[in-house]
Amino acid sequence: MTMVSRVPVPPPGLVRRKTRNRLVWVGCGAALALVVVPVVSILVGVAGRALAHFHFSVLTTYPVGNAGGLLNSIEGTGVVVVGVMILSGAVGVAGGVYLAEYTRTGRGGFLRGASEVLSGVPSIVLGLVGYLALVIDLHWGYSVYAGIIVLAILVLPYVTKTTEVALRNVPTAYREGGEALGMRSGYALRKLVLRPALPGIATGLIIALAISVGETAPLLYTAGYSSRGPTFGLHDSPIGYLTYNVWTDYNQPSNLAHQRADAAALLLIALVLLLIVVARVVVMTTQRHSPDRPQRMGKRPT
Amino acid sequence: MLAAQDEETAAHPARFSVVTDPSPSAPPSAAPGPTAAAGGKGRSAVGGGDGGDGPDRPSSPRRAGAWWRAERLMPRGLHAVAFVPLVALGLIVAVLAWKALPAIRYNGLGFFTHTRWSQGNLYAPLVTTHGVRHPPEASYGAVPLVVGTLVSSAIAVVLALPVAVGTALIVVEKLPPRLSAAVGFCMEVLAGVPSVIYGLWGFFTLGPFLSRLANAVWANHLPDVPVLRFFKGPTYGGQGLFTVGVVLAIMILPIIAATTRDLLRQVPRANVEGAVALGMTESEALGTVTLPWVRSGVIGATMLGLGRALGETIAVAMVSGSLVGAEPRSLYSSFGTIAATIVNQLDSALDDVSGLATATLAELALVLLVITLVANVGARLLVRQVATTVLPVGRGI
Repeated sequence: MTMVSRVPVPPPGLVRRKTRNRLVWVGCGAALALVVVPVVSILVGVAGRALAHFHFSVLTTYPVGNAGGLLNSIEGTGVVVVGVMILSGAVGVAGGVYLAEYTRTGRGGFLRGASEVLSGVPSIVLGLVGYLALVIDLHWGYSVYAGIIVLAILVLPYVTKTTEVALRNVPTAYREGGEALGMRSGYALRKLVLRPALPGIATGLIIALAISVGETAPLLYTAGYSSRGPTFGLHDSPIGYLTYNVWTDYNQPSNLAHQRADAAALLLIALVLLLIVVARVVVMTTQRHSPDRPQRMGKRPT
Repeated sequence: MLAAQDEETAAHPARFSVVTDPSPSAPPSAAPGPTAAAGGKGRSAVGGGDGGDGPDRPSSPRRAGAWWRAERLMPRGLHAVAFVPLVALGLIVAVLAWKALPAIRYNGLGFFTHTRWSQGNLYAPLVTTHGVRHPPEASYGAVPLVVGTLVSSAIAVVLALPVAVGTALIVVEKLPPRLSAAVGFCMEVLAGVPSVIYGLWGFFTLGPFLSRLANAVWANHLPDVPVLRFFKGPTYGGQGLFTVGVVLAIMILPIIAATTRDLLRQVPRANVEGAVALGMTESEALGTVTLPWVRSGVIGATMLGLGRALGETIAVAMVSGSLVGAEPRSLYSSFGTIAATIVNQLDSALDDVSGLATATLAELALVLLVITLVANVGARLLVRQVATTVLPVGRGI
């Protein structure tokens, strides 16, 4: 008797199916490459073009025609960002607190829906409305405040949403504990509930910050542009901002203007990268200090 | 910032319902003393825990009184503030409609049926038609702009969807955590780059590259038959429909990819393992179990991205070639979208002393608002069940 060695015969079509499987994953890998390549290209392209001619004087001088630096825009961006943070921070956080702590489904859902719809309004529409209503009808002229108000409305939904989500992720036990200790609800809200939600709220504000740094369309016809430093009158106080320099100077028939556009783009990219890193750090500290991550909370029997 | 944020947003229905119920039945026995009158006679503050306001409060009575008063009023103040988005939305629509009224009356239905776009003779005396003063021969037809907006966004979605889903699949199923985090960082960068920088990049880098690519590979070699003719023709140095489509696709990639990734992580492992145990290959399991599971959420995210693409202004204005008055003839021709036209023409609209040009731009904005809201509301209805954070793509982070 001899042992018959049996070679397993693959079922029909297996080779074809395995090839297909491999092709699918190759396709996914190609898709991944299509995500990564533009990122690298944008970062390297912008940095390369800007660094070839970068002088630090760009940060410290006002523009003179096509020459000169970006100091007006740096100051202006700072002013606009601070204004937007104050306005949208106050309104957005308060709105988020209300939606998270004081609403049941009915009206809360309605207000939440309005906020979501607002976040879908294109930025140019907001800019046009700001122009028509504030700049023209109220005779403000191009004004810092028009720009700040329009941008604040633009970022408001994001601040509200992140605040609400952050508060909802605070365990109910915190509120119950506060009540059990006899705290008034407002006191408990400030001292117990708001504190663990702070990193989440901060993330929302960072998003708002990044948006207001990077937006162009809502500002073009509300804040106008000024090649001098910021002024703070309500009427006719146009202000410079970095995105304007990219938007206008890239197309000017002047090498100096091109270099200024590139420098502004580099500053914008650097700011955005910085904000992404800051937000990551904020999120990481949250996760380290909160033993009750919401996802695990959800699965725990209660 | 997006990654961790997304993960934390899984809905927690009714987790805090205990506290949120405004309790009209707050114990009246524990009267809060002399400060009680301050809050008025309306609803009590929320929570029902207010009854514990006894004399043994640690802070001084005067200060406690001030806080007590503030806290009684707080829910109302918050309530008022929470209406700000609604009021803003109402004001936006009202201002646009009011401002667009002359244009709506003058342009009529022709706004949606013809293609001529002209401010008319600005040096001639104004004439009056339908009760609207306007320069003679003013004519506004928005068809090319509506078509340009829809077609460029459609191209963006068609290009972005498979790439985003493929990326999400490989990130969730194959990549080690460290690499996934790196890809997540890439998506955050894509979501965070300001649109004006996408415009700059599209103008100097991507446009010329795509132009050379199309020229070399297919634009000159396709047969001249009805459908393929669209993909044929001179590529104009890369300012046109194709480049805009690709730029918009890259801008909406992160919104689709991040949502898909988060959805894929929620697919129950057992179902996938069951499919594999039945002898399916991984890709067959994807097709039969995983993708159907996430389908509606992915469609919702795609519509959200579509809404962004429809409303994108600055990047489109920088790479579209900004044409009004004619529809795009080929994939590479210049064209205009509604948003880009508004931003390009608002300056010159001031030359029209009758205000009709500005009013027409307001009407355009109204049309754009309606289009984007349809896409957005549809998306919300679909994504509601997954409730991920909204990624504000193309608006900074």
